[in-house]
Amino acid sequence: MKELSLNVLDLAQNSLSAGARHITIEICESEEKDNLHIRIVDDGAGMDPDFLKRVTDPFVTTRTTRPVGMGIPLIKMAAEMADGQFSIQSRKGEGTELNASFRLSHVDRMPIGDIAGTVTTLIQGAPEVDFVYIRRTDSGSFEFDTGQIRGLMEGISLREPEVLSWIREYIAQGEAGVMAQEV
Amino acid sequence: MKTIEDLQKIREEMQSKISLRKDDGDSIRVVVGMATCGIAAGARPVLEALVDEVGRRQLKNVIVTQTGCIGVCRLEPIVEVFEKDKEKVTYVKMDPEMARTLVSEHLVNGRVVQAWTIGASE
Repeated sequence: MKELSLNVLDLAQNSLSAGARHITIEICESEEKDNLHIRIVDDGAGMDPDFLKRVTDPFVTTRTTRPVGMGIPLIKMAAEMADGQFSIQSRKGEGTELNASFRLSHVDRMPIGDIAGTVTTLIQGAPEVDFVYIRRTDSGSFEFDTGQIRGLMEGISLREPEVLSWIREYIAQGEAGVMAQEV
Repeated sequence: MKTIEDLQKIREEMQSKISLRKDDGDSIRVVVGMATCGIAAGARPVLEALVDEVGRRQLKNVIVTQTGCIGVCRLEPIVEVFEKDKEKVTYVKMDPEMARTLVSEHLVNGRVVQAWTIGASE
């Protein structure tokens, strides 16, 4: 993956496959603490302790088309390459929480990339699911919640191209607002 | 600057249009592979180009959706086109430009771009 936004897209797809109806993506970057943190929380099917223990193994997967699952191993590697940490918690029947941290200034720390594109792609694929995206920096935070705009749309699907286009630009400008003070 | 008012205007425009996108048997379904292999190979820009082009041309009978691993990872990004009473067409190694041509050639003009299908690549 060339940017972390693609890993996030991939991992949130896991949440969708697990039947999640509510997915939160939180990205916190702090120059003061020299830290980048990504958190993905879902209310999907979750994993039992046995599967959870093995889930970072690329040869462990729930899909049937191929015997490998690279999504989680890739984010774990990205975090560890940038002097960070990876952890994942899950409860069967309740959901899963994934945390990946990175040293922000590490030379091997992958760029965050186009998160607005990732969130928009997720909504396009699952317009009925509630996505909450939070971006925090040292200057402030921006939050986008599909639950709030769904009410506004009065039954019109969020996957309509005009709506998706608005969402993408709204998120991009919201992110730019909290990143404004950073170099 | 995008505002909530812009979104409300979009909603009003869409509500006043005579027909919205219909998900019935006559729709053409365009499915983009969006598993790890697809994402790594560049499926997201392909999806974005498809959605944008379908939106621009106001193709109300086309539904763009995503799917997981199709099983032929080395040929990703993959786009499958399902049309009633027609055989499924599987396009492989797609990029955003090809995606836009797919919309005009296949979806609008009904001409399958054979050179880009899985049959041609084997």
